Amino acid sequence: MRRRLSAVRRQLSALLLSLPACRGALDQSVLESAGPRARAVESLWWFALVVAAVVYVATVGALAWAVVGARRRVARGELGPPANEHRRMTLAVAGGTAATVAILFTFFFYDLSVGRTLRPPHERAHTLVQVTGHQWWWEVEYPHAVPSNAVSDANELHIPTGRPVLIEVTSRDVIHSLWIPNLGGKKDLIPRYTDTIWFQADRPGIYRSQCAEFCGLQHAKMALHVVAHEPGEYETWLQQARMPARAPTDTLAARGQEIFLSGSCALCHTIVGTPAGSRVGPDLTHLASRRTIAAGTLPNTRGNLAAWILDPQRIKPGANMPSNALSPADLEALLAYLQSLK
Amino acid sequence: MSSHCADGARAAGRRLLVGLVLALMLPLPACDREERRFSEAPPSGAPSNVVRMSTLQPGPAMMTSRTSNRYDENAYAVSQGQRLYAWYNCAGCHANGGGGMGPPLMDAEWIYGSEPGQIFATIMQGRPNGMPSWAGRIPSSQAWQIVAYVRSMAALTPASARNSRADHMMTWPESQIMMEPKHPVQSFTPPAAVQP
Amino acid sequence: MTTHAPAAAVDDPQDARREAEELALLERTWAPARGIRGWLTTTDHKAIARRYVVTTFVFFVLAGLNAVLMRLQLSRPEMTLIGPDRYNQLFTVHGTAMMFLFAVPVMQAMAIYLVPLMVGARNISFPRLNAFGYWMFLIGGVLLFTSLYVNTGPDAGWFSYVPLSGPEYSAGKRTDVWAQTVTFTEVAGLVAAVELLVTILKTRAPGMTLARIPLYVWSILVTSLMIVFAFPAVAMASTMMLAMDRLVATHFFNQAEGGDPLLWQHLFWFFGHPEVYIMFIPGLGFVSSIVETFSRRKVFGYPVMVASLLVTGFVAFGLWVHHMFATPIPQLGRSFFTAASVLIAVPTGVQIFCWIATIWSGRPKLTTAMLFAIGFIVVFTIGGLSGVMIASVPFDLQVHDTFFIVAHFHYVILGGVVFPFFGAVYLWFPKITGRLLSERLGRWHVGLFFAGTNVAFFPMHLLGLDGMPRRIYTYLPETGWGNLNLLVTLGATIIVASVAVFIVNVLVSLRHGVRAGEDPWAAATLEWATPSPPPSYNFRHVPVCESRAPLWSEDGVPAAALPVMTGLDAHKRQILVTTVLDALPDNRHKHPEDTPWPFWMAASLGVTFIGAIFSPWFYVWGAGLATLAFAKWAWPTGKYAEDLVMPKRGPR
Repeated sequence: MRRRLSAVRRQLSALLLSLPACRGALDQSVLESAGPRARAVESLWWFALVVAAVVYVATVGALAWAVVGARRRVARGELGPPANEHRRMTLAVAGGTAATVAILFTFFFYDLSVGRTLRPPHERAHTLVQVTGHQWWWEVEYPHAVPSNAVSDANELHIPTGRPVLIEVTSRDVIHSLWIPNLGGKKDLIPRYTDTIWFQADRPGIYRSQCAEFCGLQHAKMALHVVAHEPGEYETWLQQARMPARAPTDTLAARGQEIFLSGSCALCHTIVGTPAGSRVGPDLTHLASRRTIAAGTLPNTRGNLAAWILDPQRIKPGANMPSNALSPADLEALLAYLQSLK
Repeated sequence: MSSHCADGARAAGRRLLVGLVLALMLPLPACDREERRFSEAPPSGAPSNVVRMSTLQPGPAMMTSRTSNRYDENAYAVSQGQRLYAWYNCAGCHANGGGGMGPPLMDAEWIYGSEPGQIFATIMQGRPNGMPSWAGRIPSSQAWQIVAYVRSMAALTPASARNSRADHMMTWPESQIMMEPKHPVQSFTPPAAVQP
Repeated sequence: MTTHAPAAAVDDPQDARREAEELALLERTWAPARGIRGWLTTTDHKAIARRYVVTTFVFFVLAGLNAVLMRLQLSRPEMTLIGPDRYNQLFTVHGTAMMFLFAVPVMQAMAIYLVPLMVGARNISFPRLNAFGYWMFLIGGVLLFTSLYVNTGPDAGWFSYVPLSGPEYSAGKRTDVWAQTVTFTEVAGLVAAVELLVTILKTRAPGMTLARIPLYVWSILVTSLMIVFAFPAVAMASTMMLAMDRLVATHFFNQAEGGDPLLWQHLFWFFGHPEVYIMFIPGLGFVSSIVETFSRRKVFGYPVMVASLLVTGFVAFGLWVHHMFATPIPQLGRSFFTAASVLIAVPTGVQIFCWIATIWSGRPKLTTAMLFAIGFIVVFTIGGLSGVMIASVPFDLQVHDTFFIVAHFHYVILGGVVFPFFGAVYLWFPKITGRLLSERLGRWHVGLFFAGTNVAFFPMHLLGLDGMPRRIYTYLPETGWGNLNLLVTLGATIIVASVAVFIVNVLVSLRHGVRAGEDPWAAATLEWATPSPPPSYNFRHVPVCESRAPLWSEDGVPAAALPVMTGLDAHKRQILVTTVLDALPDNRHKHPEDTPWPFWMAASLGVTFIGAIFSPWFYVWGAGLATLAFAKWAWPTGKYAEDLVMPKRGPR
């Protein structure tokens, strides 16, 4: 029975999402749960939808029946009110109210029980991550007892599957909001407030999310990609992320590193293993291993990177990164260096 | 009676409509204070090598070319300057205008001049006794934004374009905030170490 | 004072001549000045209300045009029609204008017109204050839209969260414009609330006990009480705290010096949630009037309907944190607000059931107004049900700040505010102008509006569930949101078409509409007992109310005659003040002559508040100006001796 229900639910969800291109190529949807939080909320949603549909049909049906019935009564020539009208109407209204209260109570208690399952997993083993919102990018840090093992990353959140991930969130400037639809849950990032939220992914995949609190000019282009790995893969990734940046292996990349350090890049960006250590912009130590740049706005390709470096304002007008006038040779070198930062 | 009221309503409606259309048609000039310019060439002051740091010179007095900074009146640019002031750690030496290792920026004493071109030159060229040279490190548009902000700290820019405060600890006295722009005394007092 | 039936046919020519003389005197006493002077000095609630409604409707259209531009920008992914800066201004002004300049003011304006007529008074309780309120409102609205057109439109959202709207992250004067727009509209709103409260409580027709006032008047009573408690929160937060933070570096919202951005959210939403019920409850009142009139039956369950209004108004103050479920507040606190948000569905549900019962037992006539009332039930219920869904914390944490919420509130606002408003216009247009609106055009209007609402806003539920956040100026093609957004934009154009049909209907009917008599619908309430449009003194004699439906002898059957009470002086402007509970005549109150000083007071406050965007000194100079204007306004004239002797209270 339960399998039948969940199959029906899956079909309904597929139907809803298959309406002309409702279905996103990216799985940024509340109805495509990939974790226990999202699943609990999704089942609450389906319950609420069914109940709401029944209530709606009943209400509008009663309205239609009242209009049609009354007009028919008048057409029949009965100008007086219907028989026993007061008693029948009192019963109807009282019955409707009682039904409403009962349904609302049911919904409320179901909601409370779902709320219970969302309690944070402090006592369970979990992974700890810190996410800080900036205008208009995400700073993701993986702390460690040993400071040199701490990782600072940007715009991608890597998590292991199968265990809860506890995220400490705050903001550096205005209010942002971390929301991962596929995994369920949302938390506002308020400056100088630290709060926590937890997620758990059940299967590997890439889940896209966007900032969910209006934060200024580029609120629309502040996406976060959540990359869920199998636990073994996750450890591998974390080890790789802890490494400092690769030293440049050829003269072009070396020249690129020189441009990076002597120009304006180092004033805002960090590359671990070089003197560049500014924290006002995203950490670029492993830039080449990211799938996207500019907080999920563009795929991480050579051409996009070049366009972004030369004129970020064309892609994200109002972003805090200035345009950079670079000669073509310098740009080549810089790209070679940046693309070597795996 | 009723037609009179209907006429009144009609006339009222017509007047409102005309007023509205007029209001919509007047291309009121967009206020420069509010322009947000994201990618454009920065306002050009005089190139830094002809900006003079002082009006003192042998012979007849020479007027320094008054450079102007359109960003002075642009609230967005001043606000960006405020952000960059924090990001590039100007506060490390100048605090929030009160000075420390470096001289205060919100008083009326300007060692190297308070005209926008002079401050721009100071930032880009660096100055003796610790002011770094930022040329090649920050784009000139950002430098001009910082110039506008620095001048606003000393109440040299129009009050309407200034931010009242930043979201951190109290930065400067309220008396500065609503002050109208003033013209400071250009003082060229050589630092004590240089005096003969 | 004597009570007698109106003169059915006055045989004695002496009486007829005396009657005509008194009528002429009454007309002269209450007549407004002519021309532009009349415009600036009138204290006739109907004249002020008419222009108030037209002004709010103009703002509705302008804000709607903003929405059209927003929809065009969002219709395809990565459109470059409008950049982020302009888009932020567009949606902020759309929200601010719709909430502050249309939804509440239009309801208040309609009430200012209808309530004195419905309770049998000659004018609203504070006529000069009424005029002042309109001018303040007009200045605020013009300020907002003018600022949009000069690139100074507010751009931090209609809710203007700090720190984004604070001095560090919102450069320039845009947010200051927003704060002062709120000042003007809040003053106007409070003014209207106070005068409506006093009108309803103290100037009702004799015999109109609290148990006999129309449901619409109850809805305005509840709304006005809510306004008095809710509006000061946002007025204080925006005018005082945000404006001062931005102008003179106070630290209300600066955490480094002890302030808190969550304080802003609490203050704003403590106003913001009651605000939406303030918009919605008068709509409920409209539906009651429409259903009663066109079912030709008193609404079933009057005590329960009144109780529902009171409960809704009260519980509405306990919901505000449901806008803040994602903020760092305790879980236990959140559950309380879930419970309250779920609970408030009950009284509204009760009202809908009572209306359905009324229609069932009545003789419904499907005029355009009735179709709008039916449309209200069909559209609003969807919004109400989605509202119960998002009362749940876990579900809200998935759809908060997505288009699901946009869908929800547009359904409840369009369904609960705009549908009843349009229905009310079709119901009362004959009374206000003396002509009926075209039913044929009306059917096109309601059909297009119903279709447009659903085509525009239903897909937004799906978009929200599919992950589309709010307040974004564009989106990537890979998200797959493009086609649904195109459909939404199509729906928006259908709404534009329906509003255009409405405007055409109004303009054509003003000129060529069928002339309505005093009571074209054979309706029940007192406003229909006077010519259409009503004379400036509203009623020839003060009507006496003997039942809940004073113009009906029994349901749907017009009474033969309406009892009236004579005794008000025709030489000066007088209204009858009655007691609060039982409406026993208490005294005759003198009303002021027409005066330009409310206009000048509003103008001086306009200078004050708009100047205060730039310098705090305007508060000082402006206070002086406003004091002068108010002194001229309130100075006792000593023209007539007050009737100080209280008349003996006779039997009802």
